[in-house]
Amino acid sequence: MGAPYDRGLIEDFGRFRYFSAGMWAWVLHKVTGWVLIGYLFAHIAVLSTAIPAASDPEAIAAGTDLYTRTIQGLEGIFLVRVLEVGLLAAAVFHMTNGIRLLLVDLGIGLEREAEGFYVSVAVTAVITVLSIPVFLPPEVVPW
Amino acid sequence: MSDSDADRTIRPETSGLNSEDPEEPESDVTESTGETVTLRIFRYDPEVESKQDAGFDTFRIPTHEGMTILDALIEARDEQDPSLTFRHSCRQGVCGSDALFINGSQRLGCKTQVSELKEPIQIEPLPHHPVVKDLVVDMDSFYERMRAVEPYFDPDDPPPDELTERYQSRENREDVKLSTRCIWCGACTSSCTIASNEDVYLGPAAINKGYRFYADEREGEDRAEERLEILQEHDGVWRCQTQFSCTNVCPQDIPLTEHIQQIKRDATKADLRFW
Repeated sequence: MGAPYDRGLIEDFGRFRYFSAGMWAWVLHKVTGWVLIGYLFAHIAVLSTAIPAASDPEAIAAGTDLYTRTIQGLEGIFLVRVLEVGLLAAAVFHMTNGIRLLLVDLGIGLEREAEGFYVSVAVTAVITVLSIPVFLPPEVVPW
Repeated sequence: MSDSDADRTIRPETSGLNSEDPEEPESDVTESTGETVTLRIFRYDPEVESKQDAGFDTFRIPTHEGMTILDALIEARDEQDPSLTFRHSCRQGVCGSDALFINGSQRLGCKTQVSELKEPIQIEPLPHHPVVKDLVVDMDSFYERMRAVEPYFDPDDPPPDELTERYQSRENREDVKLSTRCIWCGACTSSCTIASNEDVYLGPAAINKGYRFYADEREGEDRAEERLEILQEHDGVWRCQTQFSCTNVCPQDIPLTEHIQQIKRDATKADLRFW
């Protein structure tokens, strides 16, 4: 017998076309989890600009302190607004799929887990679409 | 590896097998519907120079009603290329020899109808096992994992005398019924991305086998505790991330994820107990 042929891991990534609902739920849960961790650090960085700002009450009253300027500067960038919609989508999917995983861990409705994933995606889609007027400037909202 | 580079098309020598020719009657194949199915079959043979580069061969097989993938493979081997190699034995979904990767999913060749699949039907050996030749894979790591859970009936106490039967309650039989169906085909363990990347993870088949004896009341409490230890150690149930791939592909419809989750809950309860 010659050396067995090992197909390796690279082929696995080519198999995403065949992923089941459970696999997609797992992949998306991981991705959204990492996105939320990344956001957490960005969030802490932005919030920490409030520390130097706190020493100057007059600037806060006038709305010219570092924290207010940082927030207003960020909100002025269109890309940041779009990313906020994406962040909400990631958070909502992570929550709804988290409920699905909770049920899976409790042993409830395991035979319906695929439907649970589809519901998670649907709820995420609806909430994300409804959030667009909140995050995006009115002139780009299509309705 | 590129699929298309290595494509080699085998054309049947006997024209009677080719139904595309309208003037050729198919009188010798009584069940044939006159249709053919196209199979793309993975080929690899380390001992033949032209097949050392793994690739796909295309076969056109005359079909008949009720034809399974295994039937088509046997037809391809017997009538077109005798070097085509695959495992099969009982041909009726009991022996678990012919688990294959068919159109992107782990299935038993003998339980999969040709007519249900989209053409060309792509047939590959089970993923995450080293390929020995064509569709034959090395199952050693799978059997090692199965052995690791001590897959045999092992009661705390021997029966009072050797003629005494050990009765199992109807309720308990229901608890283990589905888990006893396992035919060791390896489809589930091949489908599990965690079992594939972590050679040490027991994988769904072995955990299901462990569950089958853990849940069996006739073994006694001490043995059940030992079994729970084996199943929940760091290479056991906690590596499962509930992707449900195993449950989706199991040809015996065993609720594998459910059994793994049951072990997780029981292990948690046992660990929390301090009295």
